[in-house]
Amino acid sequence: MATSTVFVAIFLFALVLLAFAPVMTWVERKQSALMQDRIGANRASILGFKALGLIHPLADVIKMITKEDTVPTGAHRLLHFISPFIAVVPAIISFAVIPYGGVYEMWGAHVSLTVADLDYGVLYVFAVGSIATYGSMLAGWAGNNNFGMLGSIRVSAQMISYEVALGITVVGLFMIFGTLKLSDMGVLQQETFRLFGFLEHFGWVAPDTKWIDWITIPMWGIVLQPLPFFMFLTALMAENKRAPFDTPEGESEIVAGYFIEYSGMKFGLYMMGEWIEVVVIAALLTAMFLGGWSIPWLREADMISGLTPILGENMANLAAMLLAVHVFLIKVIVLIFFQMLIRWSMPRFRYDQVMNLGWKILLPLSLANIVITALGILIVQEVTH
Amino acid sequence: MGDVSGFHFQVVAALIFMIGALGVLVRRNIIVMFMSIELMLNAANLSLVSFSREIGNDQGQIFAFLVMVVAAVEVAVGLAIIISLVRNRDTVNIEDTSQMKW
Amino acid sequence: MRTALFWVFSAAAVLSALGVIGNVRTPINSALSLVVSMLALAGLYVLLEAQFVGLIQVMVYAGAIVVLFLFVIMLLNLRGSGAIGAETQPIMKAIGALVAGGATLWLVRTLAAGRAPWPDVDDGFGTTRAIGEALYTDYVLSVQVAGVLLLAGIVAAVVLAKKKID
Repeated sequence: MATSTVFVAIFLFALVLLAFAPVMTWVERKQSALMQDRIGANRASILGFKALGLIHPLADVIKMITKEDTVPTGAHRLLHFISPFIAVVPAIISFAVIPYGGVYEMWGAHVSLTVADLDYGVLYVFAVGSIATYGSMLAGWAGNNNFGMLGSIRVSAQMISYEVALGITVVGLFMIFGTLKLSDMGVLQQETFRLFGFLEHFGWVAPDTKWIDWITIPMWGIVLQPLPFFMFLTALMAENKRAPFDTPEGESEIVAGYFIEYSGMKFGLYMMGEWIEVVVIAALLTAMFLGGWSIPWLREADMISGLTPILGENMANLAAMLLAVHVFLIKVIVLIFFQMLIRWSMPRFRYDQVMNLGWKILLPLSLANIVITALGILIVQEVTH
Repeated sequence: MGDVSGFHFQVVAALIFMIGALGVLVRRNIIVMFMSIELMLNAANLSLVSFSREIGNDQGQIFAFLVMVVAAVEVAVGLAIIISLVRNRDTVNIEDTSQMKW
Repeated sequence: MRTALFWVFSAAAVLSALGVIGNVRTPINSALSLVVSMLALAGLYVLLEAQFVGLIQVMVYAGAIVVLFLFVIMLLNLRGSGAIGAETQPIMKAIGALVAGGATLWLVRTLAAGRAPWPDVDDGFGTTRAIGEALYTDYVLSVQVAGVLLLAGIVAAVVLAKKKID
């Protein structure tokens, strides 16, 4: 690796993380209020400024930090202490491989907008996500409480069931793109293909027709693999244990399930972990399925070479970098909105419905998707030669 | 890698293997014995991967991958056996399941 | 840097392996030490340029197999049944430790014979692409057999762990 500055990437990583995490509480309250035709939380104010309810995350944090931290008798003290951290840390370090943009050459520096551009980026996210199981599982056991144990057993079964579907669902995408590196996927999704090109290959149209070249579609993951997008989203939401998959949290059945013995900031850490994971899910889906940091039909290399005569190379790269980051964050925000929409519209699944969905519906569908994708790739390779 | 050679990795693998073997021989709790068996499998994997790096061939890594698959199956079946055993005998002491000794 | 990482990971692996067998309070402590040992070994694999194997170690071993162990411990509600009967006798432990130490020393002496420098490997060594290509071209039969073995394991586990329906 040549001189590559990751400072911009680390700055963005910190910015997104630190900015999104408390704002998610506000989004949850206000979006659910909008959807349910009410006002939401709007009482907290500083010197009379209510700021649309944005003071509430601050009030929440102050409340949680100043609460008493109870550890029940008979609890396993070490586990009780470290379980919230085991739950939060995997969500935070998953951000290391998310590409906010491509690679830009500015003022002699080689700026890469990914903190760690690993060759096996997506596998890293899966591996780290499988460690997150421990945080929830040990929490219920550590509290020495029957409801907690029940929540623990449910959550471990749910998470390891959906890890299977998680891995297999995106194999089709890996086969098409031929890489596990998230920034390469972002670059490959900038290509376009002609929608009616097959007419020309089969000889049904004369070889020089112009209108075929006009109708092109960007090779986004969701265009190439529409069903796996929704399957992957489902599996990730089940991993995150958010509604409609929050049977382990069972707010009406088993009294907060596996974090029943947590109070104050440790409980806050679990909630933070869930919301940071929502952002991770949105970022991962954007990078893999929704074209990453690029505007459709606009190749970044073309844009930079087009702007260079006007602005000079450094400024062209800088403009491209700012545009990439903004586009990426807009797509992430759209997906966060979508996930909140699902969370507040659907009732909780029953435990056997969750298991049924994971094993009997998602797994066979993802296996069938692999076979169909392989067939599709073979057909396309045959036709275009 | 400075002064660390394949020999050092083999020593680590040997140590972990011996610790696992010690666990299987000394401990009487079924679950801890099973975990010691997993330690032995892991030590063998480390040895395989280290030799694979010394020779420059990736056959050792493929062997290690298949060993992991076999270990996963073995854990699943072994834990199912342990569940039925503990449900029937109501004990995790392996010395209580010695009816077939002479 | 890599030397320091090697020593850190090796020490963590060996110490947590000792924690697995030497824990007398609950089996949960042994299981947690096992997780630390698996993660340390994954670090050692990455130091040995085996990135795919290291990631699979985290995903499969630390992320699924030890979760299964913990699941079974919770299901059977084994609180505080760590050391039983014969294990608590110090004579047994002393003899065991002596035998293990002797065997290790003998093994190390045998291994000390060959100490070759490592060859340089190209960038694609141990990557997912290289392992995938080898698995699906040269060793495809092993992959199929592994698949059948997994199927047999799934059926066996379901049949064994079912409660009898009378």
